[in-house]
Amino acid sequence: MLTGLLPANASTFGGDIDHVFWLIFWIVGFWFVLAEGVLAYSLVRYRKGSSKRAAYLRGDSVRQLAWVLVPAAIILCLDLGIDRAGASAWDRIKGGIPPAATTVRITAKQFNWNFTYPGPDGKFGTADDVTVENDLHVPAGKVVRFELRSEDVIHSFFVPEFRLKQDVVPGRTIAGWFQADKPGTYEIACSELCGFGHYSMHGNVVVQSAKDYEAWSHDSWTPKTASNKSNADSD
Amino acid sequence: MTPGRPRLRRTNPTPTATETGIQMNIAIAPHHQAETSFIRRYIFSTDHKVIGKQYMLLSLTMAIIGGFTAYLIRWQLAWPETDIPGWGAIGPDNYNAIITMHGTVMVFFVAMPFLLGAFGNYLIPLMIGARDMAFPRLNMMSFWTIFVAAAVLTVSMFVPGGPAAAGWTAYTPLSDNPIYTGVTWGQNLWLLALALEFASFLMGGINFLTTTLNMRAPGMTLWRLPLFVWLEVTAAVVFLLSVGPLVAGALMLLADRTLGTGFFRPDRGGDPLLWEHLFWFFGHPEVYVVALPGFGIMLEVLPVFARKPIFGYRTMVWSTVAAGALSFVVWAHHMFVSGMDPRLATPFSVTTILISVPFAILVFCMIATVWGGSISFTTPMLFALGGLASFIVGGVTGIFLGSATTDIFLHGTYFVVAHFHYTLFPVTFFGGFAGLYYWYPKMFGRMMNETLGKIHFWLTFVFFNAVFIPLFAVGLRGNPRRIYEMSSYNFLAPVQHLHVIATIATIGLLVGQFAVVVNFAWSMARGKKAAANPWHAATLEWATDSPPPHENFEHVPVVYRDAYEYSVPGEANDWIAQTEPAIGHLSHVAAD
Repeated sequence: MLTGLLPANASTFGGDIDHVFWLIFWIVGFWFVLAEGVLAYSLVRYRKGSSKRAAYLRGDSVRQLAWVLVPAAIILCLDLGIDRAGASAWDRIKGGIPPAATTVRITAKQFNWNFTYPGPDGKFGTADDVTVENDLHVPAGKVVRFELRSEDVIHSFFVPEFRLKQDVVPGRTIAGWFQADKPGTYEIACSELCGFGHYSMHGNVVVQSAKDYEAWSHDSWTPKTASNKSNADSD
Repeated sequence: MTPGRPRLRRTNPTPTATETGIQMNIAIAPHHQAETSFIRRYIFSTDHKVIGKQYMLLSLTMAIIGGFTAYLIRWQLAWPETDIPGWGAIGPDNYNAIITMHGTVMVFFVAMPFLLGAFGNYLIPLMIGARDMAFPRLNMMSFWTIFVAAAVLTVSMFVPGGPAAAGWTAYTPLSDNPIYTGVTWGQNLWLLALALEFASFLMGGINFLTTTLNMRAPGMTLWRLPLFVWLEVTAAVVFLLSVGPLVAGALMLLADRTLGTGFFRPDRGGDPLLWEHLFWFFGHPEVYVVALPGFGIMLEVLPVFARKPIFGYRTMVWSTVAAGALSFVVWAHHMFVSGMDPRLATPFSVTTILISVPFAILVFCMIATVWGGSISFTTPMLFALGGLASFIVGGVTGIFLGSATTDIFLHGTYFVVAHFHYTLFPVTFFGGFAGLYYWYPKMFGRMMNETLGKIHFWLTFVFFNAVFIPLFAVGLRGNPRRIYEMSSYNFLAPVQHLHVIATIATIGLLVGQFAVVVNFAWSMARGKKAAANPWHAATLEWATDSPPPHENFEHVPVVYRDAYEYSVPGEANDWIAQTEPAIGHLSHVAAD
């Protein structure tokens, strides 16, 4: 039942994030139950009339304070454990970008996601670049590198099932990566307020098998290139 | 025997006439006559008690706007296709304006004036045994400055172009260039209102600090101060030290919008992340500016109704000072996915999660304070305990957001919304209402109705939890904040029923607040007359009449002991006032 708290994970690093999540969940869950439990117990146990007179406990001796300081010291150690687990996962996810099979330039603007592929020549900035709106096609099981740019305000590229979120900041190019486990369609949400259409700045990541992706890129890149060319001719 | 600390040299605990005379000169610096005309007494008053009540009136009035916007937001989220009863339909641009106003009003014009302005002003001089604040005129000016700020913000809701709609965090360039929102004067006035509000609390903060350092009654050493005073002053210092960068940021943003500069605009060579740093360098300490006074109130209430001394008084002082200091080096945890250098994430995670230690100490000491007590569940006690129990939820959920790794997923979702409402609501409203029910007799000379108070507590406690527990679940499913309606996203369809639950609970929570409005008004006219010290509390504000006379005390009180001497073994009464001469306890005083 608890695992249903989070959406099913669909990326390679999502598991690392979920692992840290559940580590924190059980640690803070324990302290939460303990603290609320002791509080609730003392409220029932020491309600007025249940004993003659309140105890005179000032908590200014080390012996009394140990009841507070020892748990706090344990919490400190657990904090450091959480930091350690978090830091190593963070480094795997954000420390660098693994060699990528596919690179996509993602341009956010009020209120659309545009995905630019390098086209058949594999180079950006050439005439055969292909831009598609709102549907990001990627191959399953391959590292995808993305470069985020914004044309106007800050947006945030969020794919909940990949545990992937990265703000898109105008004036910067922010690179990142992900690797989807298996084919499927996963929703993209904008998670930084970007104006009146923020709520509808929706997109999809279409994860395809290597074969399907190959077929898609063949189909959609070639005719697009032709039409780009004819546009260029008519200018 | 230290010179300059007469308390230590005194062998006869009753001060001589000469001593009292000297002490009075020390403590009555801002001596002024009782003001007689209506305007001088109730409008442009320099009396800290009147100013405190003015702040309270302002904050509770603004809370009506804050609460009403909460209702609009929640209705829209539960039933997006319907007209909101009492308002009508709202579009996505209105929605963004409404969430911006909700956050701005609640943080800057409800929480701060309620916890610092109202309680801080009213109580600090009374609790330290002073006649008034150190700078009464500055105090008056601080109130009238926030009054103007609140007026400017209110006016901004009605100007052409609409109110500010870039969120209470006003991220640039959304807030910077009007072409992105269509908002023109609304955002300018929003910035002006904030700058004025900051100026107001700068004046207030200087007053809190100076008053507490210089105007304590004889014998009121720092270690005998009520914790409320300690925490208010710590909050004031944190505010003074953190607000500067954001005042600069607000003026830079205003210049971007009106003078054509481009501090935060990439098309003019500026950087949006600069705004985020400036905002959060203030914004995170601001959480503690609000939280510490709320805790301060709970810490006054708990020992009185548990009839026990505070457990770990000095430990708590040091913990809150440590939390305040740490709050200056955690701000970038709001920016883990902002695009800042990823190598900054782990250091900021470590500092952020480290804050759990002083707060754990604080919470454990509060629990230890009621442990072994003789607890009466009066309305103020219920609110203090409800605040403590709820804050624990806010505290533990902060760890998920402090860890940069889990924040990748949770950042900007309803999990964040639920988390910070679980920190700020308990301190502002549970803490604030605890304070209201506890000090109302002192402020207005009459007791509030207990039955109505308890109804108010249970409605607030149950409905508050019923609003925000579902929102944790919503956030864990990845629901982003500030979304006008969820139907664009298929993955959010399964959580829609949780939004409906949260909305019904919000309506219950808001309706429940009529109990306190009625109680407040009814008790003013019909409440039982309050004795000087109806709760048998030990601190100085109870050593004078209810309500206190002009200049607070008939004679300047002399303090002989700690603030929380309850159930002292061998004593007939279960409390000893701070003013009670320490006959037979001199060894204890001298050792202090």
